[in-house]
Amino acid sequence: MYKEIRLAGSGGQGLITAGVILAEAAIAGGHEAVQTQSYGPEARGGASRADVIISDEDILYPKARKFDIFLALTQEAYDKFRADLAPGGLLIIDGDLVDPAGDLDAKSVHITATVRKNFGDRMPPNVMALGVLQGLMPLVSERKLLETIKGRVPPKTVDKNVKAFKLGVKLGKALIDQPAAPSNEADL
Amino acid sequence: MTTPNRIILDKYLRHNKKFPHIWCPGCGIGIVLAALLRAIDRTGWTKDEIVLVSGIGCSSRAPVYVDFNTLHTAHGRALPFATGIKAARPPLKVIVFTGDGDCAAIGGNHLIHACRRNIDVTTVVVNNYIYGMTGGQQSPTTPEGMKATTATRGVIDQPFHIAELAASAGATFAARSTTYHAKELESFILKALEHKGFSLVEAISQAPVCFGRRNGMGDPVEMVKREKELAIPISKTADMTFEEKRDKIVTGIIEEREAKEWTDLYAGVKKTAGEE
Amino acid sequence: MKKKNGQLLQGNEAVVEGALYAGCSFYAGYPITPSTEIAEVLSIKLPERGGTFIQMEDEIASIGACLGASLAGAKSMTATSGPGFSLMQELIGYGVISEIPMVLVNVMRFGPSTGLPTSPSQGDVMQARWGTHGDHPIIVLTADSVPETFEMTVKAFNFSEKYRIPVILLLDEVVGHMREKIVLPAEGEVKVVDRLKPEMPPEWYAPYADTNTGVPPMAAFGDGYRHHVTGLVHDAQGFPTAKPEEVISGMDRLFSKISRGFSEVCLTEELYCEDAKTIILSYGSAARSARDAVETLRADGEKVGLLKLKTLWPFPKAALEKYANSVETIIVAEMNRGQIYREVWRVARGRWQVGKALAPYGNMLTPEMILDVARKVTK
Repeated sequence: MYKEIRLAGSGGQGLITAGVILAEAAIAGGHEAVQTQSYGPEARGGASRADVIISDEDILYPKARKFDIFLALTQEAYDKFRADLAPGGLLIIDGDLVDPAGDLDAKSVHITATVRKNFGDRMPPNVMALGVLQGLMPLVSERKLLETIKGRVPPKTVDKNVKAFKLGVKLGKALIDQPAAPSNEADL
Repeated sequence: MTTPNRIILDKYLRHNKKFPHIWCPGCGIGIVLAALLRAIDRTGWTKDEIVLVSGIGCSSRAPVYVDFNTLHTAHGRALPFATGIKAARPPLKVIVFTGDGDCAAIGGNHLIHACRRNIDVTTVVVNNYIYGMTGGQQSPTTPEGMKATTATRGVIDQPFHIAELAASAGATFAARSTTYHAKELESFILKALEHKGFSLVEAISQAPVCFGRRNGMGDPVEMVKREKELAIPISKTADMTFEEKRDKIVTGIIEEREAKEWTDLYAGVKKTAGEE
Repeated sequence: MKKKNGQLLQGNEAVVEGALYAGCSFYAGYPITPSTEIAEVLSIKLPERGGTFIQMEDEIASIGACLGASLAGAKSMTATSGPGFSLMQELIGYGVISEIPMVLVNVMRFGPSTGLPTSPSQGDVMQARWGTHGDHPIIVLTADSVPETFEMTVKAFNFSEKYRIPVILLLDEVVGHMREKIVLPAEGEVKVVDRLKPEMPPEWYAPYADTNTGVPPMAAFGDGYRHHVTGLVHDAQGFPTAKPEEVISGMDRLFSKISRGFSEVCLTEELYCEDAKTIILSYGSAARSARDAVETLRADGEKVGLLKLKTLWPFPKAALEKYANSVETIIVAEMNRGQIYREVWRVARGRWQVGKALAPYGNMLTPEMILDVARKVTK
C-alpha cells in the first residue's frame, strides 16, 4: 500500500489531530506512516493542513504531493489543492463549506452541519471526517482507529467522538454507491 | 569575643591564587567583600556548600579571590547561572556578587525575574554608580547630573534604586547600606543569607578613580564620609517626598516578608508529578 | 508503554525521549515555535523522574541556567529556534571555554529575524559553527527522521559529557514537527556516557589540567572539589591567566580534545557511494528528498550515491576524501543558499565538481528539485 492523504481546512477544525490519529492507527496496524503539517501563525482561523502518508515501505519525502485522498473543509483549501488530487483519487468535501462548482469527483458530505446538529457548536468536525473517510475507503482497521481516537481526544470527549466517528462511517458508506453529487446537493 | 577581621579574611581568601587583586586603591569593593565574608562566617556554612557567582565588572572579579565554589560568568548573567545551580541542587547556598551595571543594566531582566520567582539566592550588589572596568561610563544608577565618560555634560537619565526595584519585583528581602556602615552592611548581608527566598543587599560603594575623581568628590576617605552624610535610615523617610529623598542614600531594610520559595514549590511539583 | 509495532512520535517528542534516555535531569527554556513541544513535554516528564524544568525569562537566561545546572552536576538541555539561538550565542562560547557539557537544540526556522515562522529552513548551519565570537571548537549534530532524532539526541548528550563541550542538535522544522514511527530502545540497549568525575583528593584537583584524552575530569559544585570557573582564559586551576605559555596550552587543548575524537564524532551514512560518479550530499529533512532522488536515479541506471551527514561540525571531511578518486561531482542538497555547499567546495580543492540543489525560500527541498540538478550532471 502507498497512500498520500491531505486533510485541509482552517485552524480549529482539528485536522492535525485527525492526521495524527490516522497515522498512529496505521502504525498500530503494522504500516509505516508519516504525518506532517503546515499552518499559519494563528492557532485558530488561519489555513491549516495535515498530510499523512501510509505505506508498507520506508517513506522518504514526507509531504503529500499527488493525493490519493483529499479532504477539503474550506473553500480556500479546495481551491488551493484540488489540482494536486491524483487521477482517480478520492475527494471529500464539506458540502456546506465548499462549492466544488460542478466538480463531478467530489464526494459531498455535510460533516460540520451533522456534527453541530448532534454534538453542538464546540465539537470539531475532525473525527467525524475520519469516519467518513473510513466509510468510503478504509485504510486501516476500524478497531485500531477507534482505539487511537480514544487515546488522542480529550478524555471527557471520548464518548462523543466515538459516536461522531461511527456516524461518519455511516455517512461515508452511504456515499459509496452514489454518484458524486454536484454542489447543490444541499438543496435537494 | 568576635574574631578579628584579619583572621576571618585569612580563612576565606584563596591562598593558591596569586594576589594582588585588580581593584583601584581606595575602592569600596573590598569592604563589601569583607562584609560578605564576615557574614558568611557567622552562618556556620561550610566552604563546600557555598557557591559564589558573579557576572562581569570590577565587583564580579571577587569570586576568584575567595575559597568557595566560585563562578565568574558572562556580563549580566550571574543570576541565570545561579538560578540553574540552585534549581538543580537546592541544598547549595548560592550567593551572587555583582555590580550596578552587571545587575541592573545588562542583567536587569534577569534580576526582576529572579525576584519574581523568589528563588533562594542571595544577591549582593556593589553600587558604585559607574562602570569601573571599562573606565567610568554611566551606569543605570548614576545620579542625574553626574559626569561619566559617556555623559561628560552630565547624566540625563533617571537612576534605578536597586533595592526598591528588587522589592517591587517580588524579592522577599531587600536592604541597602554603605561601605561607611560596614557593620550594618554585614548584618544586612547575614539577614539576607539566612532569609528563605530571594534576597538582595545593595551596598553603596565608592569608586574614587572612575567616579569620584570626575565628579569632584575628593579622595576615598572623603567619598566614604559623603556616604555617611547622605545616608538616612528608612525609618526617618516616611514623610519625605521623592524630591527630598533624591540626593539621599536611604539605608535599612526596604523589604522583609515571608513567601513560598521556588525550590520548595518545585519540590512539591516533583512530589505531585511522581505520584501521578 | 512499549508497543510491538513501534509508536507514532513527533520529532520534538523524540528529542524529549532521547534526552530522558541519556539522563537529562534539567531543562531551562523559553517558548518559541517550532521547538516549543520539547519544553511542554519536558515540563510534564522531568518532575515525574525527579528532574527539574524551569521556564526562564529569555533564551540568554535559559542557556545560563543550563550551564549553571550542569556545573551543579545535572545533565542539562535547552531548546530554541532561530531568534532564540541568536540570543544564546554568547553563552555557547562560555560553555566552550569553561568546558561545561550541555545540549542545545535548535529547531531551525526560516530567517533572518522573525522570518517565516514554522516554515522550514536549514539557514543556521554556519551560525551553529561560528555564531559565538572567537575561534572555538564545536560539535553540531543533525537528524533526518524521528528515530534518528532520538539517536542523535542521545549522542549529543554523550559527546557533551565525554568531551566537556556544549553540543548543538540542529534540527529543521520538518523533522521537529513530523510524526513517524519509532521503536524506542530498552534501557541499556543504547550506550549512555556520563562525565568523568575526579577521584583524586580535592587538594590535587585541577579542573582544567591536561589528561591523556585532553578532557579533564569534572567535579560538580558541592562535591567537595572547590574550584573556580571563568570565561576568561585560565590556567589548569581555572584561574585567569594571560601568560602566553598558559594561553597556548589551554586553548590548544580545547581544540585538540575534539580533534582527537573526530573519528567518533564525525558521523555520516552512505548509500551506493562505492561506484558513484555523482554523490548527493545532504542532511536533515533534505536528506530524505535526496535519498528519494538517488533511488530514482539508480532505478534509471545512473551511478549516483547518497552521502548523508549526521554530524555537521566538525565537518566530516574524511567521508568525502574517501571518494576523492572516484567521484566526479558532489551535489549538495540543502535548504539554504549554500552553507554546506561552500564547505564541500573548500574540501574539494578542484578534485571534483561541486553542484547545488537548494531550497532557500522556506519550502522543503523536493526530490524533483534535486533530480533536476542531478540529471543535468549525469546526462
